[in-house]
Amino acid sequence: MKAKEKRDNLFLTIIIGAIALLFLVPIIIIVYNSFKGTLFISSEPFALPRKGSFVGLDNYIKGIAKTGLIGAFGWSLFITVFSVGLIVLCTSMTAWYITRVKGKITSILYYLFVFAMIVPFQMVMFSMSKMANMLYLDNPVGIIFIYLGYGAGLSIFIFAGFVKAIPLEIEEAAYIDGCNPWQTYFKIVFPLLRPTAITVAILNAMWIWNDYLLPKLILPSEIKTIPIAIQYLRDGYGGVDMGHMMAMLVIAIIPIVIFYLSCQKYIIRGVAAGAVKG
Amino acid sequence: MHKALKKYFPVFVLPTLIAFTFAFLLPFIVGIYLSFCDFTTIIDAEFVGLKNYSRMLQHGDFIQALKFTGAFTVLAVISVNVFAFILALGLTKGIKGTNLYRSVFFMPNLIGGIVLGYIWKMIIDGVLLSKGMTIVSDPKYGFWGLVILMSWQMIGYMMIIYITGIQNISPDLLEAAEIDGATRFQAIRKIVMPMMMPSFTICLFLTLTNSFKLFDQNLALTAGAPGRKTQMLALDIYNTFYGRPGWEGVGQAKAVVFFLLLGVVALIQLRATRSKEVEN
Repeated sequence: MKAKEKRDNLFLTIIIGAIALLFLVPIIIIVYNSFKGTLFISSEPFALPRKGSFVGLDNYIKGIAKTGLIGAFGWSLFITVFSVGLIVLCTSMTAWYITRVKGKITSILYYLFVFAMIVPFQMVMFSMSKMANMLYLDNPVGIIFIYLGYGAGLSIFIFAGFVKAIPLEIEEAAYIDGCNPWQTYFKIVFPLLRPTAITVAILNAMWIWNDYLLPKLILPSEIKTIPIAIQYLRDGYGGVDMGHMMAMLVIAIIPIVIFYLSCQKYIIRGVAAGAVKG
Repeated sequence: MHKALKKYFPVFVLPTLIAFTFAFLLPFIVGIYLSFCDFTTIIDAEFVGLKNYSRMLQHGDFIQALKFTGAFTVLAVISVNVFAFILALGLTKGIKGTNLYRSVFFMPNLIGGIVLGYIWKMIIDGVLLSKGMTIVSDPKYGFWGLVILMSWQMIGYMMIIYITGIQNISPDLLEAAEIDGATRFQAIRKIVMPMMMPSFTICLFLTLTNSFKLFDQNLALTAGAPGRKTQMLALDIYNTFYGRPGWEGVGQAKAVVFFLLLGVVALIQLRATRSKEVEN
């Protein structure tokens, strides 16, 4: 029995290891192709770079110059960081309020927020982008406000689920001790919601960092985020230069990998927690 | 306490509510209204009744995109969930390197749709090179390309949810089954799967809605080519809005139908799997 179990586990390890390798192969191919000349990427796509095809950092230098990817990185970072910060702060406050203050208005609000989660972006994209334009929100600062409004549904839903789990007595004790709601929130409630806040922050960061359509429709064309800059390689120049494309894909993946490796524990836990509530 | 908090509405709720109103609520209501109008921007709308909806049906694109999206969604949901469930079973056995494998499988999920699309476009074009073709030579390449891409992206995510589900099953139950002489397969079929219905509910919901709404990956991988044969609903709506002057109303009508379809499909799925959930 023991020997059989051991053999089974070895077999399982080999199979899963092989699948894991298969998962990594596409990324490995992209990485070494980014050092090859464009013609060689299409004529010998899976060959490693060799003397004739190796172009060093050429694709990176030209690709960055063409797409403005460094600037795009800055805009992506700016928009993601401030949107996520604002979403976590505002929606946790709102979720606490509408869970604790029972009434017709708060329950209608709750259902509206939940409803917003299932509406696809295409349904609102035209009217939203025109309204953003009319309200002068069509810029990198305004878009943060749009993200707060459009992302509110999911975030409030997740926060509200966890607010319900906080014992009311703790908040009442704080109130009796003379805390006003403002103090109760920041000294008692928010610290208790911290794990949830991390979940909400991660889910929103993943969405906003990778979002293509919303910023594409709202931001002026000279301001690009990373996905827009990459798509621009195709839009702007008819034929895609595969060499530049490979290099830009690698640069786009690097920050994601760094982010993933540095807070993997939170990401995996956050995704699981977010899904259970969702 | 509640009385004291109630007065704080302007601080706690108003900022979110204002943003929500302008980014979602008003655009949603205006969107429904615009689907019955001729317009080029939201202030020149002119009511035309059901004209947009009938134009939508007369024109084949939407039906074509609907069929493509439906077929894609079915295959993607099956592929993602079958593989994710099997991997989750394999990674809850305590084999060496479990954490490393879990990380590898999950990683593609963090990469955005546009980047994913171009990664797979390169790979698939490379594979088809021997036949002298590219991904846009035949719609079936684009179709299977999307299924592979979607599986690569979503398997790790669903696997994490399934792993959480498996770990929540009490070991006593499985032990009891083993003592009663159940085989490994019987235990999975009769105990693990019924106990995991909540995980199935979530995973099916997420894969179903995400596949149905797919946009970025579709745009980057084939952009609908050849012709419009690999165009999914979301991309068709986008192209109707922004690629055809005078068709904005039809685009909005398509968007309303898209929303309703998604809602109905998601509700049916939630009903169907929720009813099979058992108490732990």
